[in-house]
Amino acid sequence: MAPEPSESFAATYPILGGGFFLAGRASGEVKRRLAELCLSPELLRRVVIATYEAEMNIVIHAVSGEIAVRAEGDCVRVTAVDRGPGIADIEQAMMPGYSTASEKAQSLGFGAGMGLVNMQRCADRLWISSEVYRGTRVEMRFCPRPAEKKEE
Amino acid sequence: MRPYDGRSDASDSSGASDRSDREKGGMRLAEVVEALEAEVIVGGDRLEMEVPAGGASDMVSDLVFFGRPGMVLLTGLTKSSVVRAAQVADVSAIVFVRGKRPEREAIELAGEIGLPLLLTAHSMYDSCGRLYVRGLPGVIPASQGAIPGDSV
Repeated sequence: MAPEPSESFAATYPILGGGFFLAGRASGEVKRRLAELCLSPELLRRVVIATYEAEMNIVIHAVSGEIAVRAEGDCVRVTAVDRGPGIADIEQAMMPGYSTASEKAQSLGFGAGMGLVNMQRCADRLWISSEVYRGTRVEMRFCPRPAEKKEE
Repeated sequence: MRPYDGRSDASDSSGASDRSDREKGGMRLAEVVEALEAEVIVGGDRLEMEVPAGGASDMVSDLVFFGRPGMVLLTGLTKSSVVRAAQVADVSAIVFVRGKRPEREAIELAGEIGLPLLLTAHSMYDSCGRLYVRGLPGVIPASQGAIPGDSV
């Protein structure tokens, strides 16, 4: 494992709540930037999908927020912090299909209630903390899984 | 082995990898266009690319959850957000069904990121059937490893 060290990368992206038109732009940019590093395609895919879900949660639920992405060696850390309604019952929010997304969000194809589930699936570690009426903080860590050894 | 990235151009998809994709039941994008009697809105220069599988959804979250790299997406969503989600999910082309033309921003964004967009008059159901009978398989379920090491 861990052959040549990857370059490090760190960036923070502001996310606008309700900004459906821009939704996914930050994740697309993260994908483009991380693709320049020596990460395996599978690891990159997990990071980008989880980052997209975090971005969408801010767009759908929060007033505003930001996503910080930091690559260190073979691992990546993604932190999403928002100012918004918070999550009263995190356990309930983690259940597949549970969603409080607005009708507008659902009419645009969002709010299937799979966002947190998908983040948990993609990330190797997931930390969520939330305060009702204040906001939510999600931190995810991704490292290469055994099946993701780099192929040349 | 080179992982399928769904972004290969014609020269990349020739030779051995082309044959193995064919054995697994993929189609060339040009064959998708023909099967669906589709109009190519953008990406006419990428019709020789191989698509390994297809999937249909009007839920962005489901797409990001179940998507498989390189798949062709059939959808009724026409906003630019579906193009961004497709980018995140490594979709290789989007087919808009039932004659629903995507909004201008979606077309511009797809042009920027090099994602072909097709438009068919056929319904979602008929479009899926037309591709399926011609040998384009569905996306594999998450339980079979859409994410390596996944055990959902």
